[in-house]
Amino acid sequence: MQSLSTRHPLPWLSAFKRKAVVTTFSVLLPVLSASALAADLTVGFSQIGSESGWRTSETESIKAEAERRGYDLKFSDAQQKQENQIKAVRSFIAQGVDGILLAPVVETGWDQVLKEAQRANIPVVLIDRGVAADPSLYLTKVASDFKEEGALAASWLAAQTNGRCNIVELQGSVGSSAAIDRKTGFDSVISNFPNMTIIRSQSGNFTRAGGKEVMESFLKAEGGAKNICALFAHNDDMALGAILAMKEAGIKPSKDIIVVSIDAVPDIFKAMADGEANATIELNPHLGGPAFDAILASQKGESVDKWIKANGPLYLPDTAAAEYAKRK
Amino acid sequence: MKKNHFLHKHQKTLAPLLSLVLIILITASVTPGFLSIQVVDGHLFGSLVDILHRGTPTALVALGMAVVIGTRGIDLSVGAVIAISGAVTAVLTVNTDWPVWLVIMCALGVGMLCGLWNGILVSVFSIQPIVATLILMVAGRGIAQMITEGQIVTFHSEVLDAIGNGYFLAFPIRVWIAIGMIILTLVVMRKTALGLFIEAVGANVRASRLVGIEARLLVMSAYVFSGLCAALSGIILAADIRGADANNAGLWLELDAILAVVLAGASLAGGRIYLLLTIVGVLIIQTLTTAILTSGLPAQYNLVVKATIILAVLLIQSPKTRQWVSGFFLKKQKAVKGSTTP
Repeated sequence: MQSLSTRHPLPWLSAFKRKAVVTTFSVLLPVLSASALAADLTVGFSQIGSESGWRTSETESIKAEAERRGYDLKFSDAQQKQENQIKAVRSFIAQGVDGILLAPVVETGWDQVLKEAQRANIPVVLIDRGVAADPSLYLTKVASDFKEEGALAASWLAAQTNGRCNIVELQGSVGSSAAIDRKTGFDSVISNFPNMTIIRSQSGNFTRAGGKEVMESFLKAEGGAKNICALFAHNDDMALGAILAMKEAGIKPSKDIIVVSIDAVPDIFKAMADGEANATIELNPHLGGPAFDAILASQKGESVDKWIKANGPLYLPDTAAAEYAKRK
Repeated sequence: MKKNHFLHKHQKTLAPLLSLVLIILITASVTPGFLSIQVVDGHLFGSLVDILHRGTPTALVALGMAVVIGTRGIDLSVGAVIAISGAVTAVLTVNTDWPVWLVIMCALGVGMLCGLWNGILVSVFSIQPIVATLILMVAGRGIAQMITEGQIVTFHSEVLDAIGNGYFLAFPIRVWIAIGMIILTLVVMRKTALGLFIEAVGANVRASRLVGIEARLLVMSAYVFSGLCAALSGIILAADIRGADANNAGLWLELDAILAVVLAGASLAGGRIYLLLTIVGVLIIQTLTTAILTSGLPAQYNLVVKATIILAVLLIQSPKTRQWVSGFFLKKQKAVKGSTTP
């Protein structure tokens, strides 16, 4: 305790000052609208890195949202290292920001730094992933619900096939939360349909090569597409690999086998526009808006849900060409 | 004595082959239709063809790895080199109008440069091979990500499509490429002095220096060759999915390649290597992968099953097991002899 307060004497002071300033403002100038107040918002954002196209677009979306609102966004790229993220959060605390966005690279080990932020009265919003810490230590989590994504895919497929379908499933990396929850959500819906069954399910490790190799083996094991009605892939990349495998086996993807997947990466829109995939559910990268809103709400003293679900829509081939042009 | 030696050598060759046949037979009994091969569109179609097709990238990498291991080295960077050469192939195909052969030459050249880097670190600066190649293993994937700017770069090229998935004389083209490389390597390693020198350097550096072998150049050339093989494998893997996936292409392939070389009975301490048996080792690994995928086993058991079977194969091949088995048979023979001769 002693060491902490000596190590960070400033955040206390600056947080207090800022609070005093905000209070004075809101007392003296009640005419000042929320947006004018918001213009003063300084937010730190500790991002995991840029390991995938999705993460890059998440970063860009949050930066764009901050710019649109006129916020000062302090961005830090952790290059996949938790220690870098902890350093970044500490430096945000020292700078006395109004809020911190944190996309945690791992689930554990955040208690200490979250406590430090709490002591400095700085709300922390978790972005797209959760942490294994006491929920009172952070303001909220803004993330998609993987289970709902899986359930949405299953519902769409059930409607499309009148609840009668033999499904092959390409799972994500074994043990990843996206794979587990997307499967759970999907299974929970198809269990209501006695004639919908998953006949084959294997891990394609979230990669194109994996999706292709596993789909090849499914087609061999099932003797072609006769017995397969649909493919459910836990991400678009595996679906794209599987589409290649189908084409090489002389099977028409989306016609002989329905293809539904999750993520909405640009290439799946191209496949849909070319008539090779049927549906994708967006893993929403536009998390900046709800995250900033949560910080504003907490400043006003409003209560904020511990999980703000930011699920993306389901896209169909009719808008695919336009979406592809937009995202390319 | 001489007969015993012959038997011994034979056993060493037989063990991996026997393991492969056993695995195929067991899979065939579990998965009906595993052995069936049909002719579709003038080419062969079936799980066995898939094994050859999917095994090529690992086979190529394992060839290079075998030569490096022969020099008492190891090359951990092959997976990263695969990512780099795939990235170069994709980016050049998309961004330039260069003819395909030039693109392929560039990718191969980059792979050889990576190999040269490893070779210089190992032979000139005398850094331990496992450390020297670890540097590129870590940095290489970053380089590949820089080349592709972190995205999966998709491309379209008829020649590359053919390399990835085309067929020639009923077999996948990439299998022919691998066969070509295997024959080339066999000829160099077995019919020229170069092969002898490489194994000599691995077996005993000082002795080979004393007979006047220039070890540095040989070691360097082994790493360059490994880089070339990895680059070729990278082109095939990128052509396969028509895109360069810098994060995942060739991930952990170095471990499969090392395993294949060891399954073939080579020692990581250098010296004698077994090229054809290395290919058998690759086929064992790939058969296992394909068998697990077609068997309908739940995904979470994949790795455990694979590891258990590999362990069994290694145990079958261990010299101790062979000693026990041959000892057992010798005793029996002696016992039989003893009973027949009064």
